Amino acid sequence: MSRHSLQIDNNGRLRHFLCISGLNRQLMTEILDTAESFAGVSEQTVKKVPLLRGKTIVNLFFEASTRTRTTFELAAKRLSADVLNINITQSSTAKGETLLDTLRNLEAMHVDMFIVRHSESGAAHFIAANAAPHISVINAGDGSHSHPTQAMLDMFTIRRVKGPDFGALRVAIVGDILHSRVARSQIHALNLLNTGEVRIVAPKTLIPVHAGSLGAQVHHDLQTGIKDADVVIILRLQRERMQGALLPSEHEYFELFGLTEEKLAHASPNVTVMHPGPINRGVEMDSDTADGPRSVILEQVTHGIAVRMAVMSMAMSRK
Amino acid sequence: MPAIDTATRILISSGRVIDPATSTDAVQDVYIADGKVIAFGNAPQGFTADMEINASQRIVCPGLIDISARLREPGQEQKATIATESLAAASAGITTLCCPPDTDPVIDTPAVTEFMRLRAEAVGKTRLVTLGALTRSLGGEQLSEMAALQKAGCVGVSNALKPLLNPLILRRALEYAATFDLTVFLHPNDHWLANKGCAHEGRVATRLGLPGIPEAAETAAVAHNLALIEQTGIRAHFCRLTSGRAARMVARAQYDGAPVTADVAIPYLYLSEIDISDFDSQCHLIPPLRTVEDRQQLRDALQQGTLSAICSDHQPHEPDAKLGPFPATAPGISGLDTLLPLGLRLVEEHAIELVDLIHRLTAGPAKILGLPFGTLSIDATADICIFDPAANWQLDSSTMRSNGLNTPFMDWEMKGRVTHTLLAGKLVYTLD
Repeated sequence: MSRHSLQIDNNGRLRHFLCISGLNRQLMTEILDTAESFAGVSEQTVKKVPLLRGKTIVNLFFEASTRTRTTFELAAKRLSADVLNINITQSSTAKGETLLDTLRNLEAMHVDMFIVRHSESGAAHFIAANAAPHISVINAGDGSHSHPTQAMLDMFTIRRVKGPDFGALRVAIVGDILHSRVARSQIHALNLLNTGEVRIVAPKTLIPVHAGSLGAQVHHDLQTGIKDADVVIILRLQRERMQGALLPSEHEYFELFGLTEEKLAHASPNVTVMHPGPINRGVEMDSDTADGPRSVILEQVTHGIAVRMAVMSMAMSRK
Repeated sequence: MPAIDTATRILISSGRVIDPATSTDAVQDVYIADGKVIAFGNAPQGFTADMEINASQRIVCPGLIDISARLREPGQEQKATIATESLAAASAGITTLCCPPDTDPVIDTPAVTEFMRLRAEAVGKTRLVTLGALTRSLGGEQLSEMAALQKAGCVGVSNALKPLLNPLILRRALEYAATFDLTVFLHPNDHWLANKGCAHEGRVATRLGLPGIPEAAETAAVAHNLALIEQTGIRAHFCRLTSGRAARMVARAQYDGAPVTADVAIPYLYLSEIDISDFDSQCHLIPPLRTVEDRQQLRDALQQGTLSAICSDHQPHEPDAKLGPFPATAPGISGLDTLLPLGLRLVEEHAIELVDLIHRLTAGPAKILGLPFGTLSIDATADICIFDPAANWQLDSSTMRSNGLNTPFMDWEMKGRVTHTLLAGKLVYTLD
């Protein structure tokens, strides 16, 4: 079964949410519009709608996460669902239980949705392919493959700041593209929304082979890479990349690819700066830029709740 | 008529006999007595058959020789055993299986190889030969006792998929093996470049975010190994080439006179990186499936003879081993059942002539392993495969004989089916 048919049902509705590449533009727009309608909920005094009352959602995190897990939990609670947080690194798989056994046990507790994060690419796909038919699976990040809700909240943020016409935009993604599930999902999403130009910017060690085939122009120089860009997305540089000869030092990386107000002058005067978090200040960007007037990094976090509410409610509404 | 087991004089009548080693391709009777081929065409004087096999409309060829099959015993009997896989081999026309040394315990002592041979002899369905460990425990540091291993029956030595990081140790291992005229079987894979990858470093792995193994992991290792082979003049064999570039490097070395051979595993002639697009763990192989162009170039190298053997690279697994996120699953395909039918499909697709295919499954691997089998000449051991080239059948859990059902070819329509297998003149398999 292909991933595309796995996450979309016969009526074109969202069944699971595993990756961006199986979506079409119409469905993406529907997610963004639904998120827009939920954005107001968080601003009300009573921050709840009863859409998923009586449903049980399991946050199944095989890899540490604070932001993503918390926003999923908040999103589920604002939809009135019951939420179970399971941190598997300290749980059964550490005792030798297989992934499938863990799933079967949770299914036996009559849950309705799994939010899955896992360090192996393809994990959410595997779980969706093997879960009971009534269960929806939302990918909260699998290996270096996909992080579709992050990409959708980024699209939501761009649409709110820049308007709905992505065709007029130049978007540059800067950082460790090679290991980034966020970058892969963003590139797919930006292309599906017909973004004018999608660029990726990094030294050659952090760009995968055939990166052009993902649908982005490849740049190895920050100044030309962000020149006239309307949106600059900075990715987190994981410190362990300094081992394995991918980079010589944080210092040199910051010199060449770290975003500063000075370098940002090459971008469009109205540039918007984004980062999926958490930030390594002084490595991929400096504090002035992260906290500066063009940064929407905290808005991204807020939008994450609305987008996750949208995806969860859509995946559950088909029943 | 006596029971099958005691039949010592067998007549295989009216079959099309194809024996690439002797350039034979003719419809003729084959006479077998006391485990050997004794005559073709007319019956020898006084010959009365204890049993006759009518091979009309069928092809009679030497029993197939599979240069790499893991039977999982000793060490991983939950996946398969010598008994289960011997039966599967016999039903697939395979009369000689060669096992790599990465069993548990490793084949680095005579006891392990003797244990395996005795097990196979007790089952009596196929001949089992082994490669001994090149280094002790396959650790890549200390040489194994190769002379003892050879005496116990190992037909070659190999470090299997375990890395041999120090080139000086590889050089000495080559030289020490050559002292006893033992061929060294090399898996060309640069440990550092492969870097725990699980898929070909190419478009598909980039899209799926899977850690990649670059083509250079293979070509760098081939170049590195060729330098030592050419320096020492010592015979070596490259196992499981996956890239067109590596095949061309080997072809060039062969042209220059280097004593080097190479093989390919049959999945690499059908599948490519595209087949992992949906994280299909049945297509998780190590070394990885490469590009569509590589697949074509491997077919070309097979046809041209650069690759002189096709093997199954049989790696049976229990179902759980393939259930998980792609990188976490066990690599490998259960391949005994499909070795001949997939080979025949290559003929159907005009990728290779039938006689050349049979060569790559018989005389080719026999020569690499230094075995006197793989031919149907007079006095040759009567290891014989008889198959119906027109028989259609479907590969499914009821037709597969291996204990491992892990194959991406499940539910494929196959053409060509083994009807009888003889091991040293004894009928070990008949299709019901």
